Amino acid sequence: MKIVAICGAGVGTSGILKVNAERVLERLGLSADVSASDVASLATTGADAQVILTSPELVERIPPTNADIVVVENYFDLNELERKLEDAIG
Amino acid sequence: MSLPPLPDSAIDLGVHASDWRAAVRFAGNALRRSGATRDSYTERMIQVIDEFGAYIVIAPGLALAHARPGPDVLADGLSVVTFAEPVVFGHPHNDPVSVVVGLAVSSPDAHVTCVAELANIFNDPQAIPALANASTADEVWRVIGAPELPQDLSPVR
Repeated sequence: MKIVAICGAGVGTSGILKVNAERVLERLGLSADVSASDVASLATTGADAQVILTSPELVERIPPTNADIVVVENYFDLNELERKLEDAIG
Repeated sequence: MSLPPLPDSAIDLGVHASDWRAAVRFAGNALRRSGATRDSYTERMIQVIDEFGAYIVIAPGLALAHARPGPDVLADGLSVVTFAEPVVFGHPHNDPVSVVVGLAVSSPDAHVTCVAELANIFNDPQAIPALANASTADEVWRVIGAPELPQDLSPVR
């Protein structure tokens, strides 16, 4: 499975989302390829992603996609991330 | 390596910011004072928000101000600014902001280790209120780690 975390600049916030998504996946006993990207290059980097992780502010900039879009409010709340990832994957 | 150093010059506590631009400028000025960036990096941090919105407000009360690596990043750097009155950035869930962390990295690779360490710090729900209430640099270093001490690299679980 491929998961892409996106932000505006492609450094910083998407990296935090990627790190915490990997922690949650480990907690859930799931393996996935998680990468960080910026919204502008999502069309190429996220073409085959099953899940896109992002902030409420960036949702409308995501191009049409078949991936599940998971909107994360608190990037440091692993419980929120776990609940939402489980919903998207399960 | 873990986080860039957080010297005293990059910490600004209890400042008055009239709006989010002023708030981000405080974080950028703190990065510049510490020798990490030039002024144009501060303007680029503001442009990111102008272009993409307040997505840098990544947790209740916390904004991570940053921009891409560039020639105006002289060294990896970190700054911490807190506000006398919390600042509205326009985020639907996480406003108002009481702490801005400024981050400058000189290469895309450097940000990977930086953000993992930031996640270690801020996954603790006490970290943001502890910073927001800090009145001295020592109290900030208790959360983030003092620059002259070796950083503890062990991940927090």
